[in-house]
Amino acid sequence: MSTAIEFRNVTKTFHGANYSAVDHVSLTIDEGEFITILGSSGCGKTTLLKMINRLYEPDSGSVILFGEDISTVDVVKVRRRIGYVIQQIGLFPHYTVSENIATVPKLLKWDKAKIAARVDELLTLVGLDPKEFRNRYPSQLSGGQQQRIGLARALAVDPKIMLMDEPFGAIDSITREKLQDELLNLHRNMGKTFLFVTHDIEEAFKLGDRVIIMNEGKILQFDTPEAIIREPADPFVQSLVDSAKAKEAFWRAYL
Amino acid sequence: MIEYLTRYYDKLLTATLEHLEIVMITLMISLAIAAVLTIVSSYSKVVSRVLLNLFSMIYSIPSLALLALLIPVTGLGKKTAIIALVIYNQYLLLRNFLAGLEGVDPSIIEAAKGMGLTRMQMLFRVQVPLAKSALIAGMRIALVSTVGIATIASAINAGGLGGILFDGLRTMNIPKIVWGSILSALLAILIDRLLVFVEKRSEKADK
Ligand SMILES: Nc1ncnc2c1ncn2[C@@H]1O[C@H](COP(=O)(O)OP(=O)(O)OP(=O)(O)O)[C@@H](O)[C@H]1O
Ligand SMILES: [Mg+2]
Repeated sequence: MSTAIEFRNVTKTFHGANYSAVDHVSLTIDEGEFITILGSSGCGKTTLLKMINRLYEPDSGSVILFGEDISTVDVVKVRRRIGYVIQQIGLFPHYTVSENIATVPKLLKWDKAKIAARVDELLTLVGLDPKEFRNRYPSQLSGGQQQRIGLARALAVDPKIMLMDEPFGAIDSITREKLQDELLNLHRNMGKTFLFVTHDIEEAFKLGDRVIIMNEGKILQFDTPEAIIREPADPFVQSLVDSAKAKEAFWRAYL
Repeated sequence: MIEYLTRYYDKLLTATLEHLEIVMITLMISLAIAAVLTIVSSYSKVVSRVLLNLFSMIYSIPSLALLALLIPVTGLGKKTAIIALVIYNQYLLLRNFLAGLEGVDPSIIEAAKGMGLTRMQMLFRVQVPLAKSALIAGMRIALVSTVGIATIASAINAGGLGGILFDGLRTMNIPKIVWGSILSALLAILIDRLLVFVEKRSEKADK
């Protein structure tokens, strides 16, 4: 199996901050893995993610995608090879659903028939009926439907890597469970590498083949959910696991 | 009053058209320059700040003083008036254009950037369409201001409604003063309404 993403001693400190948002991080992610990134607010999850599609540049160290140091590749090219989904979704309100999904295919000058077919394929993939949804505007969709479109748009040109920054953060828990299951399904069928940021430990452990646990810019543990639960590497991880167990116990008391 | 209108309507019409001509030429040139400056500013925060400060400084020069400064360089007449008007407009247009473009929802900008839109694609496919009403609002302000300042420009023989107004002032001819003011106000209001109409139409076309 080949390496999809590699961080080599990457550090990023924002101007005026007295600690690093990402602090000497090294990690390797294999192609096809579903990685979740877990940590409390401000620990550097988003910063880590954004250095992969060069929305942020590291101060030192390098980020390598499929063996290629991305600082040597044109930014626009790097970004078009990577799907990016954010919590606020950021659909274009002046474009219809199909125009939103077709944004990058259009920039790449695909022909019309191919674009139309791709839009319908993607809508079906994310569980929306193309006939019903393709001509709607984002304002005519529920939050969950908007996020499905966000996902479809990010998948449009079949990127090998998908970056998702708390995509389900603003979605109710029932819809969220459903989207999580669908995402797992998508991942199983596509063989893409997924990076998924969340600060919900259950979501992180449910989705991730491996979980990165971060605190104050550092990776505390990067392992499978089972291994983390069995052997927390650090008191912070221990407290995370304990808090999840306490929640579990709380619910169990009512059953 | 009405008598003056019926007797000299051709003179008033010529002045109005002349005024309109100055305003339109000014607008075209102003928009072209402001568009270029806006694009340049979108590449660099420093450039954008420098340009805004520069034009805000020039904007604070009283119009008669600016005209007087230009006369030794470009002489009397329409050309000088248009140059001065274009310079004034840059502040109004640039400030409103930049504020409008920066007012676009940052999460939309981030999504677009993450998808690999270039800066120009971002500008023309995302920011300009979403900031359209702010851009048109900027143009409206610039137009109304141009109609007003253009009356003053007749002090340097640029013609237009200001010519009638100043004539009236010099000879204390009340009808001339009144008609000069009414017509320039009317012109400002009409052009402003026209832009509102254009904006409404384009909004409807979007839906
Ligand atoms: N553009 C920026 N400029 C300055 N500081 C920033 C910027 N982005 C993030 N930071 C800082 O870097 C640190 C890490 O931020 P980051 O957004 O990566 O956290 P996060 O783990 O994603 O948090 P959250 O769960 O709240 O989204 C924080 O202290 C934050 O204030
Ligand atoms: Mg974040």
